[in-house]
Amino acid sequence: MTVTLTPQDIALLRERVERAQTTGVAIPKLTDDYPDMTIDDGYAVQMALRQSYLSQGQRQVGWKAGLTSKAKMEQMGVSVPSIGFLTHTMARPENSAISVKGLIHPRVECEVAFVMARELSGPSVGRAEVLEATDYILPAIEIIDSRFSGFKFDLESVVADNGSSALFVGGGRARRTTDVDPRTLGVVMEINGEIVAMGASAAVMGHPADAVALLVQILHGLGETLPAGSLVLSGGITAALPVTPGDHVIARFQDLGDVSIRFVE
Amino acid sequence: MDTQAITRFGDALYDAFLGRSTITPLIEQDPSITLEEAYRIQSRFVARRVAAGDSVIGKKIGVTSKAVQDMLGVYQPDFGQLTAAMKVDAARGVDLSGLIQPKAEAELAFVLKQDLTGPGVTAMDVIRATDYVVPCFEIVDSRITDWRIGIMDTVADNASCGVFVLSDMWADPRDIDITLAGMVVEKNGALFSTGVGAAVQGSPANAVAWLANTLGPLGIPFTAGEVILSGSQSSLIPVTDGDELVCTIGGLGTCQTRFFGQSAVSGRITP
Repeated sequence: MTVTLTPQDIALLRERVERAQTTGVAIPKLTDDYPDMTIDDGYAVQMALRQSYLSQGQRQVGWKAGLTSKAKMEQMGVSVPSIGFLTHTMARPENSAISVKGLIHPRVECEVAFVMARELSGPSVGRAEVLEATDYILPAIEIIDSRFSGFKFDLESVVADNGSSALFVGGGRARRTTDVDPRTLGVVMEINGEIVAMGASAAVMGHPADAVALLVQILHGLGETLPAGSLVLSGGITAALPVTPGDHVIARFQDLGDVSIRFVE
Repeated sequence: MDTQAITRFGDALYDAFLGRSTITPLIEQDPSITLEEAYRIQSRFVARRVAAGDSVIGKKIGVTSKAVQDMLGVYQPDFGQLTAAMKVDAARGVDLSGLIQPKAEAELAFVLKQDLTGPGVTAMDVIRATDYVVPCFEIVDSRITDWRIGIMDTVADNASCGVFVLSDMWADPRDIDITLAGMVVEKNGALFSTGVGAAVQGSPANAVAWLANTLGPLGIPFTAGEVILSGSQSSLIPVTDGDELVCTIGGLGTCQTRFFGQSAVSGRITP
C-alpha cells in the first residue's frame, strides 16, 4: 500500500464523496485538488466511506468489479479494473420502478453476478477456484453513477467514489456454473423495446470469473477477503448507457433469463 | 441500363476475381445503377463462375447489423451466392493467396432440409426448414478498389463474398437459443470481440426469412441442402499469414481455422 494522503485528507475526501453520493450533486474529480493522489489513496477513501456507511446501519452485501472490459477502459480512459463495495441500500428488486432521485447521471449496464458459496481469499486466486467457490450466477443490471462532473474521472478518483456504484438489480434465473458456460453467455440490452447494446460474457476480461479472481486479489491487497454469501457484480458486458425517467430497461441473457426495470422521477 | 452494360460490369467483376485485382467502384463508372441492376450484375458475375465449372450451393446474407446499415445508409440486408469453390475445409485453413483484400467475419450458418419459397415465409418456417445450424467464418473480399463500396457496388460484387469455413460442430435450432447465443471470437489466443445472435436483424432466423421472401419474387431457388450464412455477429477481423481464429457460439460449439499465404493487396504492400 502506498497511501500518501494524511488521515485528515482522507477524512476530508471521504466527507466530500459521501456528500456527493447522498445529495446527488456532482463534484470535480478529486485529483484536481490532490494531483499526487495514488490508487491506494483512492482505496483508503473508499474504505473510510464504507466505514461511514456501515456505522450508519448499512449492511455490506458484496462487491463489484468495474472497468473490466476493454471497451469500458477505453470509454473511461483508464487501464486497470477497480472494485467497489455494495450495501443493502443499493439493491432494488427486479420488475420494479426505480426512482432516479438522488442520482446525478445514471447509466445502466448488464453483468453476470456471482453469489459465493465459500469464502475466497489470497493473492493468487484463479478462475477455477472462483467457479468452484460459486453458489450460483444470475443476471444483473448495475446502475452506475459517477459523482464527478460530466462522468469525467481518472482511476484514483473513481476508486474513491466506490467505483461509481449506485444501485443494482439481480434477477432472472439462478444457475450453477457447471450447468452453463459462463464465458459465452449472450446478452442483449433493450431500452424502451429497442436493442441498444449487445455482447457475450467473455467481454469481461475473457471470462467473468477472471474478474472475480482479480477482485479477490485486490481485496487481499486491502487486507480483506470475499466472504461466503457475497454477491459479486463481475463488470459490464455491454457499454453503460444513460437512462432517464420513463425508460424501461430489459437485460436478456442466454440461459439466465432476463432482468427488467423501469425508471421514474 | 441495357443488358450489354450489365454483362460488361459482371464480366469486369469476374475478370477482377480471376486476376485477383480490383476495379473502380461501379457507381463511379455509372451513378445511375439501381439495386435491381446491381443484382443482375451479380447474376452475370456468378453465371461466369458457374460456366467455368463451379456450382451454387447456398447464399450469404450481408448488411444485417445496425452498424453496417448505418455505414452504408441502407436499412435492409443484401445477399450473395455461395459456390462450391468458396467452401474451405477448417482443418486445411484459408489460403490468402487466392484472395484480394480479405477480412473475416464470424457468423451462424443454417443448412436447410426443406425448400423455403417466399413470399410469406416467417422465422418460424425457417426453424422448421432448418436441418442444423453451425458456427462459421465468412472471409469477405472485394473486387472493388480499397473496399470503396456502397450498397450497389457490394451487391453487384456478389455481396463481397470471398470464401467460408464451416465448423464440424452443429446443432438442431430447437436445441439452442439462436437469438441469445453469445459469440466469442479469439484471434491468436487473445479475445478479439464478442457478439450475440440478436445483432443480426434481431435474430438470425429473421435474416433467413428475409432472404426467402426476397428470393421468391426474383425466382431464385432456395432449396433443401443449401448453406445460408446469416450475417456477421462480429466486427471485421483483419487476417494475415499465420493468424489463427476461433469462434465459439454459446451452447453450440467452435469454429477454428488458420490463415496462410499473402493476399493480392497485402502481397503488394508487404516487402
